[in-house]
Amino acid sequence: MSVLELSQVSKVYGDGPAEVRALRGVDLRVEAGAMVAVMGPSGSGKSTLLTIAGSLEDPTSGEVCVGGESLTRMSRAARARLRRRVIGYVFQDFNLLPGLTAMENVTLPMELDGVPARRARVRGMAALDELGLADRAGHFPDELSGGERQRVAIARAMAGERRLLLADEPSGALDSVNGESVMRLLHAACKRGMAAVVVTHDAQLASWADRVVFLRDGRIADQTMPLPGPESLLAGEPGQ
Amino acid sequence: MSVRHALLALLSEGPKYGLQLREEFVARTGEVWPLNVGQVYTTLQRLERDGLVESDDAAEAGPQKGFRITEEGEQELDGWLRTPPDLSAPPRDELVIKVLVAVRIPGTDVHEVIQVHRRYLVELMQQWTRLKEDEADGDLALALAVDAELFRLDSVVRWLDTADGRIRRAAVDPGPRTTTARPRLRRRVGVRP
Repeated sequence: MSVLELSQVSKVYGDGPAEVRALRGVDLRVEAGAMVAVMGPSGSGKSTLLTIAGSLEDPTSGEVCVGGESLTRMSRAARARLRRRVIGYVFQDFNLLPGLTAMENVTLPMELDGVPARRARVRGMAALDELGLADRAGHFPDELSGGERQRVAIARAMAGERRLLLADEPSGALDSVNGESVMRLLHAACKRGMAAVVVTHDAQLASWADRVVFLRDGRIADQTMPLPGPESLLAGEPGQ
Repeated sequence: MSVRHALLALLSEGPKYGLQLREEFVARTGEVWPLNVGQVYTTLQRLERDGLVESDDAAEAGPQKGFRITEEGEQELDGWLRTPPDLSAPPRDELVIKVLVAVRIPGTDVHEVIQVHRRYLVELMQQWTRLKEDEADGDLALALAVDAELFRLDSVVRWLDTADGRIRRAAVDPGPRTTTARPRLRRRVGVRP
């Protein structure tokens, strides 16, 4: 079963001469265990696709299903619960609350969802530990490096029972080695069964995905084919 | 990739046999560049002819023949490490030529041509990344070699993205006619005046 399914999703902003068609009939399915990267130039609709997939915005037409449930038919409260419980978001600028420790940043969404504080802390520590941050749990964001802050944001997005990770340029502000670590962690989360959609203009980041979708003028213009084995890369002979 | 200088680098660590050089070359380049033993011996013969390595005089040519680097060889290696490769002249890049040709052929959707190449490059990058993810943990040579390939492919994708955007803008606002100034430079980068 798909964790995320967009069917003929369109989004129009404004009307009349100011009308902007951000998405036009987009179909996208992301299965559990798969990472899909969405590439495209500025204004191609990448971020709109992500906010609609995360139920932060409604499509003008079409249907979005998360975990087999249609968002269109869901009450406001049910959608808010889904956002807290099932969907994890990773943003370029981390979006950590500066007055909370790494642990509190990770546990807050769970506590808001009614998870008892003690259980939230156990889950939070498990997520931080998995990302190598167990010894940083009590630090505030301004005491952490950029790479560590983004790992806290990923821990927050993965903690608990979340099944869908949505990331917008998740390593945009990091150097390439830290950026690679972020993508490695996101891909590892997918191997453990999560589904992820990563929006990026960076081909090196996108190359971590199992499938890359190319967006152009609000439409899916193309996508990569399933990967052959890496041995196909080793056939070349060196030059003299 | 200079096999000649790679062999000198391996011999700078101490004397080695031909077969051993082949195995170490393949291991140090993360097995990304295979090398047959014939290439190793041909290169060693040339290095010996040029006075950059010496061999055991007594031993017959074969797997047990040992080689060591000479002082001239060490100087050659040192100079090579610090000499930038010649990147000043643009290479005759087939992809650049294809895009330049696509722009001129009536009825050709150049954006579609660009996307075909972009997809192929990203697919190649996915394969390299998977290789790095699966096998480069703790293998520094492989990680460095794969990074180099990823950055090379990435730069081509970025050029395609820029070309795509530039061609789009030119279609909306063609601007003034192109100048025929600097005809030699234009020919050098493969653009007809």
